Amino acid sequence: MSTFQIDFGGFQEKIIGIDLGTTNSLVAVMDLTGPRILSGIVPSVVSVNEDGEVIAGKDALAALTTRPDQTIYSVKRLMGRGLADIQHELKLFPFRLADSNDSMLRLQLGGKTMTPPEVSAHILRKLKHDAEEALEETVSQAVITVPAYFNDAQRQATKDAGRIAGLEVLRLVNEPTAAALAYGLDKRKEGVIAVYDFGGGTFDISILRLQEGIFEVLATNGDTHLGGDDIDNLLLAVAFEDIQSEWRENVSNKSDAVQLLRRAVIDAKEKLSFVPSAVINFSYGGKHYRREITIDVFNRLIQPIVERTLAPCRACLADAKMKVEDIDEVVLVGGSTRIPLVRSEVEKLFRARPHTELNPDEVVALGAAVQAGILSGDVKDQLLLDVTPLSLGIETMGGLVSKLIHRNSTIPASATEQFTTAVEGQRNVLIHVVQGERELVKDCRSLARFDLKDLPPMPAGMARIEVRFLIDANGILNVTARDARTGTEHSVEVKPSYGLNDQQVEAMILESFDKAQEDFAERQVREARVETDAIMAATEKARRDDAYFALSLKEKDAIDDAVKDLLAVYHDSDHLLIREKIDALNAATQTLAENMMNTAVRGALKGTKI
Amino acid sequence: MHYYKALGLETKLTLDAGDLQKRFYALSRQWHPDKFTRASLDQQQKALETTALLNDAFRTLRDPVARAEYVLDAHKIAPSKTPPPELLEEVFELNMALEEMRGGDESARPQLELARKNFTHMLSEIDHGLSVMFGRYDQGHDESLLLAIRGVLDRRRYVSNLLRDVNKELDVHVSN
Repeated sequence: MSTFQIDFGGFQEKIIGIDLGTTNSLVAVMDLTGPRILSGIVPSVVSVNEDGEVIAGKDALAALTTRPDQTIYSVKRLMGRGLADIQHELKLFPFRLADSNDSMLRLQLGGKTMTPPEVSAHILRKLKHDAEEALEETVSQAVITVPAYFNDAQRQATKDAGRIAGLEVLRLVNEPTAAALAYGLDKRKEGVIAVYDFGGGTFDISILRLQEGIFEVLATNGDTHLGGDDIDNLLLAVAFEDIQSEWRENVSNKSDAVQLLRRAVIDAKEKLSFVPSAVINFSYGGKHYRREITIDVFNRLIQPIVERTLAPCRACLADAKMKVEDIDEVVLVGGSTRIPLVRSEVEKLFRARPHTELNPDEVVALGAAVQAGILSGDVKDQLLLDVTPLSLGIETMGGLVSKLIHRNSTIPASATEQFTTAVEGQRNVLIHVVQGERELVKDCRSLARFDLKDLPPMPAGMARIEVRFLIDANGILNVTARDARTGTEHSVEVKPSYGLNDQQVEAMILESFDKAQEDFAERQVREARVETDAIMAATEKARRDDAYFALSLKEKDAIDDAVKDLLAVYHDSDHLLIREKIDALNAATQTLAENMMNTAVRGALKGTKI
Repeated sequence: MHYYKALGLETKLTLDAGDLQKRFYALSRQWHPDKFTRASLDQQQKALETTALLNDAFRTLRDPVARAEYVLDAHKIAPSKTPPPELLEEVFELNMALEEMRGGDESARPQLELARKNFTHMLSEIDHGLSVMFGRYDQGHDESLLLAIRGVLDRRRYVSNLLRDVNKELDVHVSN
């Protein structure tokens, strides 16, 4: 049926908001009425199926117990990290490292090797796909949330993951800030709020001032390696010990047993948020293990972990120059804040009953959607002013750090520093940039080395190179250099300490491009079918119209044939073929459409009193 | 004085905190990169640069000490590295007491508590004096006043570092 296109005027693709979590991920979008979750929770798990295809989400989660050796979870813990950083994680998580000839970590996944951003990209691709299904339109731009305490390399890795997944990452937003945005929309308009975000793998605390729609982050603190996973590991250790003594068998080195047991302890942990006692139930190799855990025992076990969240809270208060009494509201975010002990400790510290109205699993994704709305211009009166969580400095004489941009500076933030040569004829200057609060380079985190190259040969100390460090709104560092004498831009070669360089990311995008082609073809077929459904429905309806009965037999036959042809190719995977038949049906119904239109116009005119 | 210019202010050492924040928020609404997602690359770059400058300016100007340091730096009046002579004797005794505390000798505690009280008092007097000097400078931009302010700021930094050391020592031992 020929249809009339309505021009909505400058159609803009929707920007999605993604909460890329350690355990679960979610995608949301901003509607006229507010932020809305699209489709369900996507477990942050990636696996390979029997056909060697990479799968992500619920199906991959199921594979965690059936094919644990070919499944990766909690990959967020590895984002932007080097081999040396993760030795501790390797003891607790079954990450299988592949051999690598550079500083980049690579994981073994079935027969493939992948960097952490590539693994994350599979989760993002799944979210993108789900969003497109739900919205019935293509999506290519996103806001992705990251822990506030993520450093530059971890942020860059997240952005790379987005690019590899075919998403333009318009903004990285800090998770606690996103939560504040979601809460702030219909909550109080003024005041100071603390957001306590305790998730699967990370802990963040942020203190914000809300005023006239501006969300100004005053300070943030946290621990990027503290979360519900750590609680699971404590329970696991208890269970391993029990099983060792009951069965005289060590199951901790059997990956399928470990995953089944992990599932069992997580079930028990989750129950303990609602009932005073829960049971860890575990069967393996015909044997059965059962252990009751009371809330008292559980609380004593996890007390040290909960305590570890309190020091960052106090430091954050001090940095925000606030006292406990100054905090008007406390918001809880993240699955681990369902634990009663966590709630009571937070309440004790801030002397305020925390807000829990929004689902702690969804609030970050909702906030990401609000930020997407701000970027698209749909949300006009809100603005987020976030800060950089860690100080940025450069290495100076004797391995000391000279700080250029202090932590909790509102971003974008910048600093300019002059460099010169130390010896005559020196042609390049190497700048080592670090992030962290300590005085010595070795105690901070190496971000990158910048090489100022091709300096004109000059006596020592004569060169004047002005280097500008700029942390953008994503919390990511950009470096530019110029010759202070001539004002000309100077080339800077960047060697990231941990992470992918641009060429590597490009290569990964190309690699995933075949996959993207497939996705694209699939989407086009889907769209063609949706259109077929519409035109078939319209044709059915038209066949009951008076105008249809006025058609000649030849015209009616042509329509019947066109309908049959279209139905015959409906399940074909070639969208062009479907389109061709849609066009044929459109052509066959042309006269009918015109006649109906005329009748409608005549009818309308008849009813009009002149 | 591009920090002042960025926020549309005259170069004054006395600023109203509420007015400063209001200007900062209004200009942020206008220039934040969030508002330029769909603009041209040139405009995006301009928004980024402008906002970075606004943030740097607000961060510096909202703190009276950082603000004065910024103005002094623009006048090329560098801080002095030598400790204020009138404090030398007191500092000598204080360092002895700090050493004793570090060595676990609790008998130095009352002396440190007293020093904490004195330094806190001294700081608030210095700050009061500074605000008076700021007001006088703002009336005529008299350069010689800047030199006087330099002296007071140096003294302030010294006292504030001492207070930090004393606090650190007292708090460490309380928590143990």
